[in-house]
Amino acid sequence: MAIALETCHALREAAALLGRAPAARFLGGGTLLVRALNEGEADFSTLVRCLDPSLAEIRASGPRIRIGAAVTMARILATRELDFLHSAARSVGGPAVRAQATLGGNLFAPPPYGDLCAALLALDARVSVQSGYSARDVSVEDFLRERGNGAGRTLVAGVELTRPRDSRAFRFLKVSKVRPKGVSMLTMAARLEESGGRLSGVRVVYANMAPAPARAAAVERALEGRRLDRTGIEAAAAVASEGFSPPTDSLASSWYRRAVAPVHLSRLLTGDSKRSA
Amino acid sequence: MSHLTLRYRLNGNERADLVAGDETLLSLLRYRLDTTSVRQGCRQGTCGTCTVLVDGEPRLACITLAATCEGCAIETADSLPGSGGLHPLQQAFMDHFAAQCGFCTTGMLMAAKALLDVNPSPSREEVIDAIGGNICRCTGYEPIVEAVLAAATAARAGATPPAAHRHC
Repeated sequence: MAIALETCHALREAAALLGRAPAARFLGGGTLLVRALNEGEADFSTLVRCLDPSLAEIRASGPRIRIGAAVTMARILATRELDFLHSAARSVGGPAVRAQATLGGNLFAPPPYGDLCAALLALDARVSVQSGYSARDVSVEDFLRERGNGAGRTLVAGVELTRPRDSRAFRFLKVSKVRPKGVSMLTMAARLEESGGRLSGVRVVYANMAPAPARAAAVERALEGRRLDRTGIEAAAAVASEGFSPPTDSLASSWYRRAVAPVHLSRLLTGDSKRSA
Repeated sequence: MSHLTLRYRLNGNERADLVAGDETLLSLLRYRLDTTSVRQGCRQGTCGTCTVLVDGEPRLACITLAATCEGCAIETADSLPGSGGLHPLQQAFMDHFAAQCGFCTTGMLMAAKALLDVNPSPSREEVIDAIGGNICRCTGYEPIVEAVLAAATAARAGATPPAAHRHC
């Protein structure tokens, strides 16, 4: 089946087109959709791309940051003000994939992809969504909940997030069985800000432990209000897999993911991510 | 099926070609323009053998729609040899036995060129990252890394890269 490519120049125009055409999908970098096209797995008849400059904008001079959906991993890596996201962006593919893969596309990426999405969830980012002519901001959690429910036709304009207070307050870890660039068997991201020497507002996120990136609520409870010391890390590791029923797939079994989660979580929390990466 | 006119530059030459909306850059370059240095491998964006440069950035031609390259400068491995002979990367790949079956080689060369164009003095780790999206099933990668490092040294010196110890 031939696929039509529609090019729009304004965000609203693209969103309206997506709203009108049930079999249309928004084309970001194409790393997932063109691959589906090649594999004969395309569930769309029209691809919509948008050249609105706002999609490619990065505003990162202050504590509140906005990143357009069309910003690629390569551009994140080239932007010094986004240094806290560099480990997550670098974990996505090789340089050619990073030059194509977009932030917006990562939010729609099914497992085992979507590593940046896990980072954005840990950072409590807000997703700007354009549906038809209406715009709204939703949390990454709400976005992920809606994702499987027709959100393929939703247009993500960008994300907003607050810069972590210091570089050690955000941690990211991708575990892969193929080095240097395999897909993720397990990804972890954490925001670990301290107030008076104790952790406050802890957010810990796993990817590939569930159908979509998800917060590790038991780990967050174990860490909240504690010091990030050996005792605190052991308490977190003890409940690392609580609340998760990880999938069994070609990368790892459910049992294996549960068994190694405490090890990698401990490495994430101690800042020893290189041993896992 | 609707087609559009794609205006772009291929290896320095201005071109205008009719392309379908769902035609990949790989399909255009390899199968319509006979640019066979652009190899077809996985068609999933995984193996890297179709790597070309689009406006200086490495891109996987198999998962790039040709229509999205309007106005772009596209470079393939065909652009590498200059009037003075082989590109330093090509010479280094020969000298360091960095090509065996050769299937990955053109993609490797372009991935390496993308690196050296912006970073003439890469570290070993930077070279490994640069070719991290390109799969080679022959060499074990080490001769390729050595070749890229040697090419960088040679390019900085403006000379032919020094030959490595031959493996055979």
